[in-house]
Amino acid sequence: MEFFTISMLNGLSYGLLLFMLSSGLTLIFSMMGVLNFAHASFYMIGAYIAYSIAKVTGFWPGLVIAPIVVGAIGAIFERLCLRRVHKFGHVPELLITFGLSFVIIELVLLIWGRTAVEFPPPEVLRGPAFTLINSSVTGLQLVAGAAPAAMCTAADAAVRVVCSPFPATRGFMMLVALAMLVALWLLLTRTRVGLVIQSALTHPEMVESLGHNVPRVFMLVFGAGAALAGLAGVIGGTTFVTEPAMAATVGSVIFVVVVVGGMGSLAGAFVASLLIGILQTFAVALDYSLASVFRSAGISLTSDNSLLKLTISQVAPILPYLLLVLILIFRPKGLLGTREG
Amino acid sequence: MVASVAPAVIAPRARVVPTGRLAVWGGFALVLAVAPLIFPSGLGVSMLSQVGIAIVACLSYNMLLGQGGMLSFGHAVYTGLGTFVAVHALLGIGDGSVPIPVSLVPFVGGVAGMFFAVLLGYVTTKKAGTPFAMITLGLGELVTAMSLMIPEFFGGEGGISANRTVGKPFMGITFGPQIQVYYLLAIYTLACTAAMYAFTRTPLGRMLNAVRDNPERVEFIGYSTQRVRYLSFIIAGFFAGVAGGMYALNFEIATAEVVGAGRSGAYLFFTFLGGATFFFGPIIGGILMILGFALFSELTKAWQLYLGLIFMFMVMYAPGGIASLIMMNVRIARYKKLHRLWGWYAMLTATALLMLAGLAGLIELVYHLQLAETTGSTVRYLGMTLDTHSAASWLGALVVAALGFAAFEFVRRRFALEWGRIQGEIEATMAFKEPNSPVPEGGEAAAREATRGAP
Repeated sequence: MEFFTISMLNGLSYGLLLFMLSSGLTLIFSMMGVLNFAHASFYMIGAYIAYSIAKVTGFWPGLVIAPIVVGAIGAIFERLCLRRVHKFGHVPELLITFGLSFVIIELVLLIWGRTAVEFPPPEVLRGPAFTLINSSVTGLQLVAGAAPAAMCTAADAAVRVVCSPFPATRGFMMLVALAMLVALWLLLTRTRVGLVIQSALTHPEMVESLGHNVPRVFMLVFGAGAALAGLAGVIGGTTFVTEPAMAATVGSVIFVVVVVGGMGSLAGAFVASLLIGILQTFAVALDYSLASVFRSAGISLTSDNSLLKLTISQVAPILPYLLLVLILIFRPKGLLGTREG
Repeated sequence: MVASVAPAVIAPRARVVPTGRLAVWGGFALVLAVAPLIFPSGLGVSMLSQVGIAIVACLSYNMLLGQGGMLSFGHAVYTGLGTFVAVHALLGIGDGSVPIPVSLVPFVGGVAGMFFAVLLGYVTTKKAGTPFAMITLGLGELVTAMSLMIPEFFGGEGGISANRTVGKPFMGITFGPQIQVYYLLAIYTLACTAAMYAFTRTPLGRMLNAVRDNPERVEFIGYSTQRVRYLSFIIAGFFAGVAGGMYALNFEIATAEVVGAGRSGAYLFFTFLGGATFFFGPIIGGILMILGFALFSELTKAWQLYLGLIFMFMVMYAPGGIASLIMMNVRIARYKKLHRLWGWYAMLTATALLMLAGLAGLIELVYHLQLAETTGSTVRYLGMTLDTHSAASWLGALVVAALGFAAFEFVRRRFALEWGRIQGEIEATMAFKEPNSPVPEGGEAAAREATRGAP
């Protein structure tokens, strides 16, 4: 039970982080038709910039400033590079963001070096947010913060006590992602800018002829998407590792999220993010293999085939891609998508 | 009656020996044949072999990108799996379980590449455009991750290796010396290049161009765009697999890296740099790829950064790649106006070099600071000694870069004007010469297409 709860929460928090990334990606895609290949790179520089700021001023100013800086970089890139290739079509647009992702990785290596940097969470977020204690006598208990050592060790050998802490950084990640989700939703549905953005999604010419500067709206959306990625980067960087490979680890997963959810569908991106986050988290924790399934079914295998010995946790990295293939075969539109690509 | 009319219709298409085309292909074969005589060193022959492999791989990639408008981020899956199967075939030849000569190993790789393209391409080519790109990326990751999971076939971290000299010597050819391997690879390169060029002339190749340019219209006249993409994908997979098999023969080893995203990215990079809009573009790309990996990486540690910047620059200013730049100038030369541009080219090159010198100085300084600080604070650069601790070095590089940029931008704007004027004159001459101009030749039309986006 406590395994399930903690894994579920871990999965949800990872899924929400994925959503912070894929929401920006989806927004940019549905608006400009551009798949921003460098999105995960913005995530990475968000983490690195916050790391540099945090060294001077502490974590909290970095949490605010880094996304703004990343957003500005994104807007400048859109204005100077992306807008120039817009007239050549979608493939050059994709290519230039691909080139950018390449340059950003090299620049990160150039400025911050090849090894992971130490980017600890602030004092408040260290340690667990709460601890689940499962005792075979008293049942399930929830303690805020770290549980005292006395509660986690059973005096009697017959009593089984398991303490499962839930890290505060993960809780913070969920909190920020949910706040961002609400803010994004309010912005898109309740404000004037949001309405302009929504209408520019479907009828850019009409919006333009009504006197709105659509290219500037594009630039703002691109900048905002990059800023969201930067914010996710600050949080992801403290929770996981801040290293040059962090863009690659999350990059291809968010593309899977966007395809599985349905190209250009925010709700789809949300569902797919959670689905993949939970799927991966649970898979990493499970230690079953085909061989163990056969064994428990009473069939003993003499074969030494490594395919049979692969545990679910070992295949966890490929599960998102398998899901991608299955979705493409059985529901090419994606979960909540409306258009055929 | 009908029978007597038919020959009259066919008659105008009497066989004319296409001397120009023969000369091009003969020249290509000649270059492949004499290249190792010009670069007879071990390094030279080894690099030439790699160039052959890269040419086949980039050409097969361009079948997707240039001819089909399909941007693939997972082409290394097909070259890489071709390599793995080819290495297994070599091992099989060694223990006698596979009764084929060693010289057919690249072909085995091709069949493997084709098999995987049939399998995975069905899912991939369901979509076009951006979703296609994302799916290829996902499948690439899938195969890379799988390659580490199944050590029986992929050999885990260390990969699998084989020996290419296991076959019976045929007329003294053992494939032991690199030069023998080179000539085998050269034959494969020539044959594959010819076959891929022939593909562009088949109805399927033409339909593929149509699918790239206007899929809606293709559907409307009754073709399935998905099937055209799928069939072309399979053929591209075959040639990719041949390249993979050639790689297996040349290196005698296959590691997980050969199916990785890095390699797929490299194919994309260099095919694009070479020029995706012309058939011969990827050949330039393949040569650049090997030069890049072997020579530039020796020259500077930051070469990938330069590469990325060059790539972005090319996407913005010359989306047709180097091949389109060449063809645009060939077109201007044909109208005898090239002499007006020499001065501009000289000035552009000079200012660009100045800008690059400054920029590269800065990059080298930062790189040195980051990576090699322990070896002292000085960097050798263009015959000068820069010091990461002296403000003069930093400031000097910065000033040179800024001056270079200003001068380059100044020259570029005036050059763009002159360029536009020449293009206008050419258009005018063409309209004057042939008021009802017939359908222009492919290369010409594409060149005109590419000039629009030029400077």
